[in-house]
Amino acid sequence: MSNFFNFIKDNKEKTFFIFILFWLLVIAQIETYSQLTTSGTFAATMRLAIPILLAGLGGIFSERSGVVNIGLEGMMIMGTWFGAWAAWLYGPWWGVAAGIFGGLIFGLIHAIATVSFQVDHIVSGVAINILAAGTARFFSVVAYANESQGGATQSPRISGEISSFSLPFLSGGTFLGNETIDLLRNLEDLNLFFISDISGLLGGLTRDISYLSFIALSLVPICMWVLWSTPFGLQLRSVGEFPVGSESLGINVYLMKYIGVTLSGAFSGLAGAYLVIESSGIYRENQTGGRGFIALASVIFGNWRPTGVLMGSGLFGYADALQLRSEESVHGLLLLISIVLLALSIYLLFNKKSRNGAISLLMAFGFGIWFLNSTSVPNEFVYFTPHITTLVVLSFASQRLRMPKSVGQPYKKGEGG
Amino acid sequence: MKIYLKILSFFTPVIALAISFGLTTFILIMIDRDPVETFTLMFDYGTTGKSIISILNRSIPLYISAVAVAVGFKMGMFNIGVEGQYILGALIAAQVGAVLILPRPLHVLTIFIVAAVVSGIWAGISGYLKVKKGVHEVISTIMLNYIGAGIVAYLLANVFFEKDENNSLKVPQTNYLSESGQLPPLNNILGIEDLPNLNSFIIGAVFVGIFYYWLVWKTSLGFDLRATGLNPVAAKFSGADPNKLIVLAMLISGGIAGLVGMSNLVGYFHRYTIDFPTGLGFAGITVALLGRNHPVGMALGALLISFLERSSQILDLNNIPKEIERIMQGIVILVVVVSYEVVRRYILTQEVKLASRMVDKDE
Repeated sequence: MSNFFNFIKDNKEKTFFIFILFWLLVIAQIETYSQLTTSGTFAATMRLAIPILLAGLGGIFSERSGVVNIGLEGMMIMGTWFGAWAAWLYGPWWGVAAGIFGGLIFGLIHAIATVSFQVDHIVSGVAINILAAGTARFFSVVAYANESQGGATQSPRISGEISSFSLPFLSGGTFLGNETIDLLRNLEDLNLFFISDISGLLGGLTRDISYLSFIALSLVPICMWVLWSTPFGLQLRSVGEFPVGSESLGINVYLMKYIGVTLSGAFSGLAGAYLVIESSGIYRENQTGGRGFIALASVIFGNWRPTGVLMGSGLFGYADALQLRSEESVHGLLLLISIVLLALSIYLLFNKKSRNGAISLLMAFGFGIWFLNSTSVPNEFVYFTPHITTLVVLSFASQRLRMPKSVGQPYKKGEGG
Repeated sequence: MKIYLKILSFFTPVIALAISFGLTTFILIMIDRDPVETFTLMFDYGTTGKSIISILNRSIPLYISAVAVAVGFKMGMFNIGVEGQYILGALIAAQVGAVLILPRPLHVLTIFIVAAVVSGIWAGISGYLKVKKGVHEVISTIMLNYIGAGIVAYLLANVFFEKDENNSLKVPQTNYLSESGQLPPLNNILGIEDLPNLNSFIIGAVFVGIFYYWLVWKTSLGFDLRATGLNPVAAKFSGADPNKLIVLAMLISGGIAGLVGMSNLVGYFHRYTIDFPTGLGFAGITVALLGRNHPVGMALGALLISFLERSSQILDLNNIPKEIERIMQGIVILVVVVSYEVVRRYILTQEVKLASRMVDKDE
């Protein structure tokens, strides 16, 4: 027993995390909130998380090379526009290529402004976002003026889709041309505590995976390998930490920054193309809905690491998926928040942090009362769940993060010490 | 500073605009339209009496929005959240104004104050999060934009809505302000009754500009703000408290942002509806950058952007996509920030050269 308490003491964050997951599972057992852990929800989570993940990976390349990129949103807009346009004309894979290209061009513009001309990174990013929104609108008018389905704010529906696969035996894929059993689906249908929920998670992540999703997910280990295990990655990161030193070692600082920022554009463009091709099948104005900004936030609280971005985007994807699939289950989250806040307040009160404890206790009661007196959460609130999650997570995490040392500082060749 | 450097600095915006026009011309040729015809059409339409009034009216909120952004810029803070701040402020002010019954000057004034306070508090959250929790203001203001938009949508649909005649349907808009809460247009005073209404809040915009100039260049608070923006470490040692300044700057910036929606609220719509203009917060960033945070420069910038928006309306009738204006705005802003930076650096190096030459002479 004392081992158990020692574990809690040494691993406060892990314990807290496990505690949240445990109560999520418990709440998911209630019939109304069963959507919290079904394979359908997790499949949607993945589809919605991947655009944020991709843009976030791009953000890592840019920020690791020392350039803040709030233009991710604009580059993503370009990805959606070019992705939809080429997919409409030539098919989905051309859409992917065009989306990457569109983002890349805007990444290059950001690189020219911030690296060659040393414009303030945030100013340039804002300009990129404004330019991208204007460009997308203008291109739509020019390209879709004579199309019956398209117009100034949307494209015609794209034709064709990217094929998908399922794992054999586990989630009903084909093996040597034969249909196999869907083991995870069977387990999920048993409605067993924990086992069915885990099966839902695994099933959602392995059933009907499109090849594009597979490529997107495999970019996480690839980025980790490139950034931390290759000379190129080391050079790129050193430029973001200490450009003057890097220069003195013969690294081409400008080139590294150019590559980092342009890559971030390409990744964001891919993110936009994914959004169009896998989610909506059509380009719509404002479709990105701030996902580029959320991606940037996930870079920050993912501590500038691909795994962190993966977790952050997963969290947002989950919030988004619940909002889209079942409003009742979002209501269940109110109960979860209330329980977690209650536990937090008890912990704080025991540690003599009475003020924070009292605040958290009050909020716990607030959410509890809200939960009991309502049957659903208003749509408008659900819509900004990801954004408020960003603020809350960042306010708890910001002090513990370590950003690349010279990120955001303009660097001019030969001006350093 | 040598005189030619001063002239160069002064004409940078003109150079930047010339480059932007060049790029726009290129795009027009690419889509097979006549650039000369396009610009002539825009100029002719944009300089009619009706258009000029419309341009002035559009400039009012744009200018105030730019000033709100500029207050932040002056101390190195990016308030990208003017968008969320002003819509939230305008909605609450509209509701309070619709409920209250007060004599005219007091009624209008109360509406302004409510808007400024609500928007200020909304911006203050970002300041607080930055100081206490280390959350960068760019991220927090962007997130608060989305949250603010959601809250406005919720309040409009569920709390402040207006019932239609049959008392059955909810219409998402606030009730009209009573007569005492409205500002009449300036036309009668100026003797231009035959033209469209000129919004009298233009006087408010001028006051905002003067207030901004006074605050930033003539008060010790403004000095501290600018000092912190230029060199935070030096400012700290001179006695400025950066944390206090951050929160204060956000509160002031947000307070000014609250006035962005006022020309439309008290002078035009007289209520908050779903037609209430959005996007002014982001346009304000463009104008602030264009006008280099200078009170007069931003006024010219606001007029220019309004001119582009208004004059492009004629283009569709002549089979030229009016959206060329959207792309023009984007090009202008990008070219402007790049050329300002290039010129700033050029002048800096020239001054260093000049100074070193003078030192050489002395020896």
